[in-house]
Amino acid sequence: MPKELIHLNNLSKSFDGQMVLDELNLKIHENEFVTLLGPSGCGKTTTLRILGGFAVPDAGQVIFDGKDITHVPPNLRPLNTVFQKYALFTHMTIAENIAFGLKIKKKSKAYIQDKIKYALKLVNLEGYGNRMPDSLSGGQQQRIAIARAIVNEPKVLLLDEPLGALDLKLRQEMQYELIRMKNELGITFVYVTHDQEEALTMSDTIVVMNQGYIQQIGSPESIYNEPENAFVADFIGDSNIIPATMVEDKLVSILGFRFPCVDTGFGRNRPVDVVIRPEDVELVAPSEGTLQGVVSHLIFKGVHYEMEVMAGGFEWLVHSTVLHPVGEEVGIRVDPFNIQIMNKPESEDEEAVAIDI
Amino acid sequence: MTNALKKIYIGLIIFFLYAPIGTLMVLSFNASKARTKWGGFTFKWYAALFENEEILSALFNTMLIALLSALAATLIGTVACIAMTGMKRRTKSIMMGITNIPMLNAEIVTGISLMLLYISLGIKFGIGTILLSHITFNIPYVILSVMPRMKQLNPSTYEAALDLGASHTTAFFKVVLPDLTPGILSGFLMAFTMSLDDFIITHFTKGIGVDTLSTKIYTEVKKGIKPEMYALSTIIFVTVLALLLLVNLSPEKKEQK
Repeated sequence: MPKELIHLNNLSKSFDGQMVLDELNLKIHENEFVTLLGPSGCGKTTTLRILGGFAVPDAGQVIFDGKDITHVPPNLRPLNTVFQKYALFTHMTIAENIAFGLKIKKKSKAYIQDKIKYALKLVNLEGYGNRMPDSLSGGQQQRIAIARAIVNEPKVLLLDEPLGALDLKLRQEMQYELIRMKNELGITFVYVTHDQEEALTMSDTIVVMNQGYIQQIGSPESIYNEPENAFVADFIGDSNIIPATMVEDKLVSILGFRFPCVDTGFGRNRPVDVVIRPEDVELVAPSEGTLQGVVSHLIFKGVHYEMEVMAGGFEWLVHSTVLHPVGEEVGIRVDPFNIQIMNKPESEDEEAVAIDI
Repeated sequence: MTNALKKIYIGLIIFFLYAPIGTLMVLSFNASKARTKWGGFTFKWYAALFENEEILSALFNTMLIALLSALAATLIGTVACIAMTGMKRRTKSIMMGITNIPMLNAEIVTGISLMLLYISLGIKFGIGTILLSHITFNIPYVILSVMPRMKQLNPSTYEAALDLGASHTTAFFKVVLPDLTPGILSGFLMAFTMSLDDFIITHFTKGIGVDTLSTKIYTEVKKGIKPEMYALSTIIFVTVLALLLLVNLSPEKKEQK
């Protein structure tokens, strides 16, 4: 395990009496790509601003490399931020923008020239030094904002929804670019986004947040495949979240139908929620299914068909490459391994599924 | 056909707007004192104007007051804009309303109120009182031209400068101020023009024996119109016109860069 670099210890913050962060604890390691993921208002941006020094928590500490930097102003922190709307200095050339931080640190001219060249090369914009920011496209401006931050050799780069304003194609391209840059630089990235696809593509670790609480911390695979609660399951990708009863170990009753599963330790006859991803619902001949239903909606999505199947009083969302026309009777089968059992929400904050999305 | 009509229409509008001033300008070059006869082209009224010590001192007063009041109003107005940006929305709109009222208020009311205020405070009338009055009525114009720039400002640029290691002062002067400059500049020019232009408020707040160009012209005209006054009015008009053109063109030039 790499060395621990940042420790957010019991951070709390409220604005105008409204709680934004509630005793948040998070550890970030060296060379890790951490994504704070959640809907707007979940506290992810506030967390980033506290890290950058633009907001002071009401309680708790920010520990950086063993030192408490909670009250250190942003200009004295060994971190740099890439802002949401680029925030380039429009009256300066690209080269002057990149040189800004280095000039303040009184680096030599030759050093600054070298750094500008290196940074422009890293972001694939060689030869743009004399252009003005306004003459660049959104994607290019975003790259300059990254170049301007990384020339200062921060130990951690904070990125606040940096791809939010770009179109889909460019966003996907920049995702790969960011991964490449991170590997080349060998520094820690803390990335804020509400886009679950971005988070799944780039991160080593995803921190799912909602209403000021961390809902789950884990690798993209574990967040996607084993969501710990209904909020996480619903926020990360499409899913069928169905109330069910755990009959005994490895057997769950969904809508009154018995499905074998692989989870144990929930006790007997305990009410739970199950998550089944739409691509894990298999449509088979009625006689072969655990329960039977009728296809009620059908949309072609390119890679697959998206269907809704009315079965057992629940509308199942199904992704499949095989077409089943509306009105067809089908059977539903789910592989035991693809049924994820979750505890019913205990605290209020886990219950926000319906409100936020 | 319609195009020709459009041109004639706009031509008429411009003619009626500028014909009086045009007449004045033509007369200022008229060698004959008579207003109805053209006695040949001359610069003699301009020459006479610049030999008249009273008028020269009034010109000096006008320029001094315009420059100082515009500078002071620009400084105060810009600082006010920065402060208002940090306020809550309600307080901010109340403050904006308060600063806008002097602009809408009848000048004669402003003039008389200022005069009464100076009397009640026991301030001696003179250049000082004119200057104070001009700063007062100029501040709203500066705010009016700086505020839109302020709103366009991306708040993140200031934070970005801090993030890159700049102190608050450096961040303000290197990043925020350059972005505001076009607004500040046009605010300054506007204030300068307004001060140059003002008669009513100056009339009520000046002391005896102190004159600016506009009040000087007023006194002279009471004695009978001299052709020097045409020359003087022409100069004022051309100066104000030049300044206004500068105000209107300067932000666009910046933008094109």
